Amino acid sequence: MGTLNLTKVTKSFGATDVIKGVDLTVNDGEFCVFVGPSGCGKSTLLRMIAGLEDVSSGDVMIDGQRINDLAPAKREIAMVFQSYALYPHLTVRDNMGLALKQAGVAKAEIAQATGKAAAMLSLDALMDRRPSELSGGQRQRVAIGRAIVRRPKLFLFDEPLSNLDAALRVQTRIEIARLHRELGATMIYVTHDQVEAMTLADRIVVLRGGRVEQVGAPMELYNNPANTFVAGFIGSPQMNFLKGGALGLRAESVGVRPEHLTLLRGSGKLAAKVSHLEKLGGETLVYVLNPTHGLITIRLFGEHDFAVGEEISLNYDENKLFFFDESGQRLY
Amino acid sequence: MSQARQSIARTFGAHAILITYTVIALFPVFVTVINSLKSRKAIFADPLALPGPATFDLVGYQTVLKQGDFFQYFLNSMTVTVASLFFVLMFGAMAAFALSEYRFRGNMLMGLYLALGIMIPIRLGTVAILQMMVASGLVNTLTALILVYTAQGLPLAVFILSEFMRNVSADLKNAGRIDGLNEYTIFFRLVLPLVRPAMATVAVFSLIPIWNDLWFPLILAPSEATKTITLGSQVFIGQFVTNWNAVLAALSLAIVPVLVLYLIFSRQLIRGITAGAVK
Repeated sequence: MGTLNLTKVTKSFGATDVIKGVDLTVNDGEFCVFVGPSGCGKSTLLRMIAGLEDVSSGDVMIDGQRINDLAPAKREIAMVFQSYALYPHLTVRDNMGLALKQAGVAKAEIAQATGKAAAMLSLDALMDRRPSELSGGQRQRVAIGRAIVRRPKLFLFDEPLSNLDAALRVQTRIEIARLHRELGATMIYVTHDQVEAMTLADRIVVLRGGRVEQVGAPMELYNNPANTFVAGFIGSPQMNFLKGGALGLRAESVGVRPEHLTLLRGSGKLAAKVSHLEKLGGETLVYVLNPTHGLITIRLFGEHDFAVGEEISLNYDENKLFFFDESGQRLY
Repeated sequence: MSQARQSIARTFGAHAILITYTVIALFPVFVTVINSLKSRKAIFADPLALPGPATFDLVGYQTVLKQGDFFQYFLNSMTVTVASLFFVLMFGAMAAFALSEYRFRGNMLMGLYLALGIMIPIRLGTVAILQMMVASGLVNTLTALILVYTAQGLPLAVFILSEFMRNVSADLKNAGRIDGLNEYTIFFRLVLPLVRPAMATVAVFSLIPIWNDLWFPLILAPSEATKTITLGSQVFIGQFVTNWNAVLAALSLAIVPVLVLYLIFSRQLIRGITAGAVK
């Protein structure tokens, strides 16, 4: 239970339109990720679903019921915030149980629900501590636990991993994916990190300037981007855009992913000069400069060595090119 | 601090300046207290001498306590100060919360209007205030003083507190809303504890002018039953003869309660003043 429907949803602050008409359905049990650059309106959209921002026009519906004018607490949602937002004066146990206590649930039932959530997140040993006595990762686990305890129809995550360090981020990401499998709940997750989006999502919603650019499964977006924005945003390192005319192709720009380029020491389709090298062990990123196309990134697997300034050439597979028109829309 | 950034001359200079300032600030208090413990003759003979066996005299304190009503004056001052502080902090914090938390038409103007009071002294309105108090029958009541001091303290309270409340995490308040806390609970249970240092700062800044004020008690509540300690001490200052022992004793006693209140707030105060400066 937990299908979300957005119909022509807009939001304006005074004269500025932040969300410019979003239509979206998130199915029951789906893990949906909103992704986009900062200022694209993804957090605002999430806050509108949560009821923390008013909806200027359009409908927000959960399970077919219009919830535009419902208070956040009555929407049967739970939210996890970037800054954890734990209540500083309450213990972990009380933090997790507060929502149920407010809803008038019996004490025994609250204890059971918090106990179960704590076991899921291995928080049992921390239940009597206060947030100030926890590390960042522990705090975020408590915040997730607080959301689980409510058994909401909809989980909302607002960049929950942004404040964690890299190692902890990967660990918590896996934990969230595991929770989604175990709970089977509908989750909406906001992030600006496309790696998080790709690894967690059943479906990704790419937003830009308050509009939905494309909706699809991660591999769908990777293999079949609708425009240059999505093509550039999904995939890391970013897709290279070459000038179509200079290549003798009928397209304004031609996109090719760094992993689909090969590097030759002999002659190839494009000549270039190595300008920078990043060796990561498992992969090597080579940045090369071509006078017509500018800086091009090539992703090679394994360890490679090139000298800066070395003359090399590039080859690409014709079948792995993406063609875009002047407005950035995909041609074929 | 590291050895590399410290030189003896500099440390000495800094302490010399601070000690000079402390001496200047404490000197009047010191003179008041030592002279309150001396006989009248000794006060005039050598005002800066410490009370010795020959000059020690508690006549000032005896006069003050014999006057009888002094306990009442203290009580009045205490009532007025504590009640005013309570209202300043409560209404100030509430207004600050509304200004910093909610988007509504005229938010900016309202904030500006409330801050304007910092620049315009409330004494300019004395005549109008007196007329109002006469019309509402509040002359010679402590209520009149509490109302005026609350109005006097609010602008600074709103100004300081709204700045602090803006820094309280929005996520925390939103988490409360999603968990079903109402706005009052969010304000009292989540936001107020987090701005406690700022509240202490406001309390101390409002406390001292209220306790020391002579103007409004003299105009609005000069009756025997409503006199405050500062007004009460004036009994001993005559046009021709002043009972210095009693005046100094009364003033020395008047320092005590305000010192106690300050000590209660001071631990929080230091945190409030340095918040933001050091993280």
